[in-house]
This record gives sequence, structure tokens and C-alpha cells, in this order.
Amino acid sequence: MLVIKDLYARVEGKDILKGINLTVNAGEVHVIMGPNGSGKSTLANVLAGNTNFEVTHGTAIFNGKDLLEMSADVRAKEGLFLGFQYPVEIPGVSMVNFLKTAVNEHRKYRDQPALSAGDFLKLMREKKAMVQIDSQLTNRSVNEGFSGGEKKKNEIFQMAMLEPTLAILDETDSGLDIDALRIVSNGVNLLKTPNNATILVTHYQRLLDYIVPDFVHVLYDGRIVKSAGKELALELEEKGYDWIKKEQGE
Amino acid sequence: MNLDTIMEDQNKLLHEVTQRDYRFGFVTDIETDTIVKGLSEEVVRIISAKKDEPEFMLEFRLKAYRRWLTMTMPEWAQLKIPEIDYQEIIFYAAPSQQAKYESLNEVDPELLRTFEKLGIPLEEQKMLSGVAVDAVIDSVSVKTTFKETLAERGIIFCSFSEAVKHHPDLIQKYLGMAVPYNDNYFAALNSAVFSDGSFVYIPKGTRCPMELSTYFRINAKNTGQFERTLIIADDDSYVSYLEGCTAPMRDENQLHAAVVEIIALDRAEVKYSTVQNWYPGDKNGKGGIFNFVTKRGVCKGVSSKILWNQVETGSAITWKYPSCVLMGDNSVAEFNSVALTNNFQQADTGTKMIHIGKNTKSTIVSKGISAGHSSNSYRGLVRVASKAENARNYSQCDSLLLGDTCGAHTFPYIEVANSSSVVEHEATTSKIGEDQIFYCNQRGISTEDAIGMIVNGYAREVINKLPMEFAVEAQKLLQISLEGSVG
Repeated sequence: MLVIKDLYARVEGKDILKGINLTVNAGEVHVIMGPNGSGKSTLANVLAGNTNFEVTHGTAIFNGKDLLEMSADVRAKEGLFLGFQYPVEIPGVSMVNFLKTAVNEHRKYRDQPALSAGDFLKLMREKKAMVQIDSQLTNRSVNEGFSGGEKKKNEIFQMAMLEPTLAILDETDSGLDIDALRIVSNGVNLLKTPNNATILVTHYQRLLDYIVPDFVHVLYDGRIVKSAGKELALELEEKGYDWIKKEQGE
Repeated sequence: MNLDTIMEDQNKLLHEVTQRDYRFGFVTDIETDTIVKGLSEEVVRIISAKKDEPEFMLEFRLKAYRRWLTMTMPEWAQLKIPEIDYQEIIFYAAPSQQAKYESLNEVDPELLRTFEKLGIPLEEQKMLSGVAVDAVIDSVSVKTTFKETLAERGIIFCSFSEAVKHHPDLIQKYLGMAVPYNDNYFAALNSAVFSDGSFVYIPKGTRCPMELSTYFRINAKNTGQFERTLIIADDDSYVSYLEGCTAPMRDENQLHAAVVEIIALDRAEVKYSTVQNWYPGDKNGKGGIFNFVTKRGVCKGVSSKILWNQVETGSAITWKYPSCVLMGDNSVAEFNSVALTNNFQQADTGTKMIHIGKNTKSTIVSKGISAGHSSNSYRGLVRVASKAENARNYSQCDSLLLGDTCGAHTFPYIEVANSSSVVEHEATTSKIGEDQIFYCNQRGISTEDAIGMIVNGYAREVINKLPMEFAVEAQKLLQISLEGSVG
């Protein structure tokens, strides 16, 4: 589904990603961990097409297409979803209007007719129940005045609405209390199918109490320095990142 | 309007954004009866004579003209105004078929096609949406609808010329009450040469059953447009008035100096909504309308209320300050405005709230949006007179910048002469966030659509104050006006 080869990227003249190699297949859940400043969020943003980041080398092929050639909105419509670490507020734009536009842009891209208001509201009700999001939230402006936890739940809700083939969740678990964490994890698990894949970018092992990954990768200084099964997460939890740093010769 | 229709409308908006040229840019080929160009006392007399006006009107015009000669063009606004040669302007033009029509069949078909292109529904469509239209092309009213329905309730809604003929007492009593003939340079000019406009009178205790609407349109070549509107709401009455403008594409600049006067008597309420879309000039700043408008309402009666709602997207130059004089005790005034400038447009707009009566209350919400190389200024005056016990004002002025070649300015003036009053002012300036656009992109929404959505969200507080059909049009205008502004 996604094949990244030797990817380099920089922001404001500073190299952040220094040769990422990663392959994600349908049905898989990957976790990317690593200390602060290792490039986790940069990787998520580069894949989503944030133009603040400049790709200087490498390739990323998504479902057979050159991902790096596409604009951010086309990547989204090709099925790539980014759950934001810091979801953005858009005052005056209702969640309903925002999502209706987003869903119908996706449908238009696939040559499907736009959803009627009735069908759209029905879809919204189903997905709201699925991710247990408060009905009130969807009547408000996009993320405006939402608590940290509400914003993150709202990301999962949008993911449920857009049904991406690849979801990249950037620290969706940080800042959540246990209940919210459970809701977010449940959402991810419920949305999982053999045809889609998830990349979880996280700091903490605790998310993995709820979501079982197929692979855990450690990102350090712009490269993936270790990849293994879910047991790697436990080892990191226990030992921290220092031994990785040591292994890397620091 | 149900959700389905709203959604559909919004989708249509998004679709129409792809149209690049000014939608309403075309010229209608109609024979026009014009007088020689230039301005003189003789021209003022000809205009008055052509309109068969009573003596008091001629006197009003001549007083204004003589005063205008002694005045100079105001230069305090944050505007670069090219010199205007008043001797090159034709001050009167009327469609040559002067007769009033009984049915649409009698109207010049070319004119009807113009209305059609503009999407102005004259009869059935208006009937469905409950809007009466007094359509003005150039200077003479061509067709008035719904007059009979309104007449049953004693409501007068007609062209200004008709009002002069049939209701001279009302004209004589109220003309110049809100905007005196010597108020300012452009008001004096208008008072001297105004050709036509609309007149509304709502009798005591009457609620006008429909939104009243007039479409203005500049058409005859080189003809300055000097409209005059007078709205009188008698005791305990209510009216909502809509004004919308479109103009054909032109190379030369066109002068527009309108006057709107509103008088609200005891407990009367007048809501005046404008969607202004005069031709703004092309991408390089060539052409476009010069819009120098004097709009003022007087809350004359106790507990009267006047609301100005406006969405301004057009004109090369906008000089416009819809204002209220709160004379009656407990009177209320509101000014809600969205002003968008793009390319080389310049806008200096705002309001004046003059508190004279006790317990008077005014609210100002101004939302400026600047893109391209445009300049967008808010200029507002809040004055509380010494007798205005417990007067209240709240002002909120927000500016939104798209890109870094445009400018936004705020000039608030506050003069308070009563210590029991409370005046609050808040101002913000923000740039449209790259992070907001990326967030929309990531959900599959293109950058152009994202900007339209964000800007409409920013302006929603004001747009929500507009009547429904106007709100949809306003959203559309904001989106269309920002075409090509994405860097």
C-alpha cells in the first residue's frame, strides 16, 4: 500500500528526515515511536503533503501512485488521512458543513454523486455512535472551543466519516485521559479492515494496551533504527530510549 | 429553507468559483435619452424640469448645487482618488421608452433579457419568495411589482419621482432630515442632480409583509448614477429593505454618489440590508466604480430601531459610512458589515453612531477582508452627547488578511460627553492561517474552496443577520470575489 524509500525532508533549511525506509501493507497496524525531535511528526506531515516541509530525496509510492507528486487535497482523496496532533480551529465553519464538503469532495473524486442532506446526516449519526462522540460537537464550529480530548475524538470521527485506506494518527493519544484513550482506541480498532492500514505515531506505550500493532518502529535522528513486533514497545517502555541512543553511538 | 437546499446552494457556490470573469460584465443596448454632459445651474434646472417637479424640489436642488460649488472633495479617507472631471459626466439618462408599463409584455425585451442575465426575477419568482421589486435601470423606474398588495395596507413603495408627484407632503417633510443638502460634498452633489431612487412609507402600526427590494444598475455610458432613497417608518411599524447592485463591465471609471435616508418614528424598526457588487475594476486596477455613498438613519422616535447590514465586495473605491443618529430615548442601532477588497480595490468604510437620547444602545460589528494589493479601512465614530444618560456602545472591528501585499487599517474615533455611558471597542487583525488551509486540504478540500469556507466562517456573524436569500448571495459573492487571490 505504501512504500517509502530513502526519504529525506527538511524544514526551514534543517534536515529532519535522513533516509526513511518503510513498507506498509493492507491490514497492518504500524507504530512509530521515538524520542522528542526524532522526526515522527515531520514524517506524518510530509506524507500528508504539508508544504512547510521540503522533500529533498527519496520516493513514496501509495497504492501504485507517486504520493509526493500529489497536492495535499489529492492525497486525502486518494485515501490518506492524517489525524492531527494539534487539530486546527476554524471559527464560523460548522462541523456539518465542513464534513459534508469533505465527504462530497471525496465522492466527486471517485465519480460518485454527492450525498443528499438526509443521507449525509444518517451517515453522520452512524459514525457518531461508532466513535461515541458527543452530538453537540458536530453542531459547533470546527474544533472551536473543543477540549483537548474532544479535538482528538473529533479526529477519529472524521476518520470514520472519510474511511481512508491509510490513516496516520499523529500523537492522537497524547493529552487524553483514560476514558478518551479508550474511545479513541476503540474507534481505531472498529475501523480496521483487511483493506486498510494504520500508522500510529506515539510517545507512549499505553496506547498499545488497547491497540495491538503488527510492527513497532523506532525513529531516531531522522531514520528508522529498529523495527520489530509489539514486544519492542514493551522493551522501550521499560528501558526508555537511552539504550537506542547508545546503540547509535552517542 | 431546509438543509438540503442550503447544501445544494453551497455546492453551487463552490462550483461557480471556477468562473473567472466578472459575471455581470456586459452592456445592454438600449436607446437612452440623455442630456448634454457637464454640470451647471442650467443642467440642474433641466433635470428638475424633465421630471416635472414642483417648485420646492427645484429649490432644494439649487440650494444644494450652490453649496456644492463652495465645497471641496473630502481628502481625509485612506483612499487614493483620481481627479473627477464633473464636466465630462452626463447627469441625466433615462431609458427612451418613458411610459409606465401595465404588463411585462410592454417592456423593452432587451431590458428584460438584461434582468434575466442578472438573475433578477421580476414577477412569479419574486412572488414565490415574497419579495417586491422596484427595479431601477439607470435613472427611471421601469417596473414596480406588488404595489397593489402593499397599497392595501397603506404602504407606499414607489420610485422617488412618483413619490414627488403623489406624496409631495411626505417628501417635503422628510427630504434632507437625515442627510441635509449641505451634509458633505457628495451628498450636496446628489441633492443637486439626483435622478431617481426609491421611496418607502410604512404607516402607523403596520408590519410590512414582505422584504422590499430594489436593484440598482448602472448602464448608460458615462452616466454618473445619483440615486436617492427615502424610507419613513411611522410609529410602531416595521420594514426590511434589501438593496443589491450589479453593474456592467466598463473601462472608464464611473461615479456613483447615492444618498439613503431612513427615518424611524416611535417604536418603529427598519432593517436595511445591502449586498454591493459594483464592478471593482480588473486585476490590474483598471476601471471600476467609484462609490461615494451617504447613508444615514435617524432613530427619531422613542424605542425606535435601525439596523444597517452590508456586504461590500465591489467598486474600485468605496467611501461609505452608514450611520445612525439615536435621538429618541431607548432607541437602538446596529451596524453589521463585511467589506472585502481584492486586487487594487480600496475601501474606506465604517459607521457613525451619534447618541443623543437617554438609554440609547448601538452595536458595531465590522469584518474587513483584504486580498491582493487592496487597501481596506474601517473608520468609525461613536459620539455620546452630554444628555445621553446610560448610553451604550459596543464595537468590534476585525480584519482578515490574505497574503502580505494588502493592507488593513482601523480608525476608531470615540467622543464621550456623558459619564454614565459605556463605550467598548475591540479590534483584531489576523492572517488566514496556513495551518487552517492545510487542515482543510487534508480532508480533501482544495485550497480555493478552503479559503472561501474560512472567509465565510469569519464573516458568518454578519451574514447571519441578512435575510436568507441575501445570505446565500453574499456567500457566493465573497467566494467569487476572492477568485485568483490564492498565491
